[in-house]
Amino acid sequence: MRATPWRTFWIVSGTLVLALLLTLLPLPNWMEALRPAWVELVLIYWAMFMPASVGLFAGFIFGLIVDIALGSLLGQHALGLSLVTYIVLKNHQKLRIYPLIQQGVIIMFILMIEQVLYLWIHGISNQASGNAFVYFIPAVTSMILWPWLFVLMRDIRRRFLPTPTQLF
Amino acid sequence: MQSSLFQQNVSLTLRLLVITVICIVLMTVDHRNNALKGFRSTVGSYLVYPLQYLASLPAGLFQNPDKTIVTRKQLLAQNNRLNQENLQLKAQLLKLASLEEENERLRKLMGAASGVGEEVLIAEVVSVDQDYYKQQVLINKGSDHNVYVGQPVIDAKGIMGQVIEVNRFASTVLLISDPGHALPVQSNRGGIRSIVQGKGNPNELDLLYIPNNTALKPGDLLISSGLGGVFPPNYPVGIVSQVQLRPSQPFAQVTATPTALLDKSREVLLVWPQAEPKAEKAEIAAEAKPK
Repeated sequence: MRATPWRTFWIVSGTLVLALLLTLLPLPNWMEALRPAWVELVLIYWAMFMPASVGLFAGFIFGLIVDIALGSLLGQHALGLSLVTYIVLKNHQKLRIYPLIQQGVIIMFILMIEQVLYLWIHGISNQASGNAFVYFIPAVTSMILWPWLFVLMRDIRRRFLPTPTQLF
Repeated sequence: MQSSLFQQNVSLTLRLLVITVICIVLMTVDHRNNALKGFRSTVGSYLVYPLQYLASLPAGLFQNPDKTIVTRKQLLAQNNRLNQENLQLKAQLLKLASLEEENERLRKLMGAASGVGEEVLIAEVVSVDQDYYKQQVLINKGSDHNVYVGQPVIDAKGIMGQVIEVNRFASTVLLISDPGHALPVQSNRGGIRSIVQGKGNPNELDLLYIPNNTALKPGDLLISSGLGGVFPPNYPVGIVSQVQLRPSQPFAQVTATPTALLDKSREVLLVWPQAEPKAEKAEIAAEAKPK
């Protein structure tokens, strides 16, 4: 069970596709605004722990798929996911040693930056609707979800992609 | 993998800059013209639609528990009720057919072509969530069923929206409640023309350019006027809910409630408005000339 490049590719894209399915899953109207940013969270995890394999390009390509699935402007999520990956890649060594709660708070701020970007894009392309406050709710729910998702993702990584020296 | 742990990647920022430029170009092109529609629909039908279909499955399983578990008695009662309803509707339809014919004849007498007799196709809303900030839905009919961009979509109660994107198996419908959607309407009582624009809220629409001395009243039915050329005329759109006269402003503020159940309908109708009004007009003109 060594982590070959192909194996890494399948595991990383498999978890990302699962995250996209969770994003598409229909929810009752009142819960829709609370939906955590699944794709972003999974991508952040991989960028933190496999920075050599998951880079900006992965964020860009997967962002395009998200754009087509959600019907947003082609490039909006591609840019957002690339930006999130960039921030995490720049700080992955620091992020890794923080306690889970602190990681969650920082991820909330990273996601808020992403949402501000979307707010701008919607504003420029005349799609702005309603309350701008709604844009930041997913960041908060993602922060609450992060510790649990982290444990799950860590188990997946240890089971399928063990590294020669287990750091975490 | 270990070797990269303490290695600072110098080109990371440069790569982000390149991606940013690419994304801005993509978004601009996608927003301004249709050059990327082909790419969108290809990826959309073969890569993304299977995922969307997969995501809609659990909702389908749990949606109607009352429909999967019913007694024979309930089924019989329902069958009975539906049969009666069918009979009533058929009787009404008989009347409608004769009225339609009479209407057509009278219109021909007046020399105006009408577009009654549109073709329709039932489509189902695929239960996946699209972009939270947009008012649009995905339906399970695509270019395989001759759906085209700009096609009007209605439900049993009124106009829902129009198709904005088509791929092989599915298409995206922009609802009339999207802020980017406008639709020419006419009030049923008095025939006042206006434009209905969405507000991002499935229960409220805005009426534009209504003067302050308007005769519109809450409760008035709004029907499509067919002036835009996209929607067929005379379908219900909404009911005026509030008329607020603002003497200090050039126009009154009028809101309406859509008659279609924009956020609830599961089955929608795709409409093909009859495509030969020109031929008909020519025919009428030819008929009119000898006289």
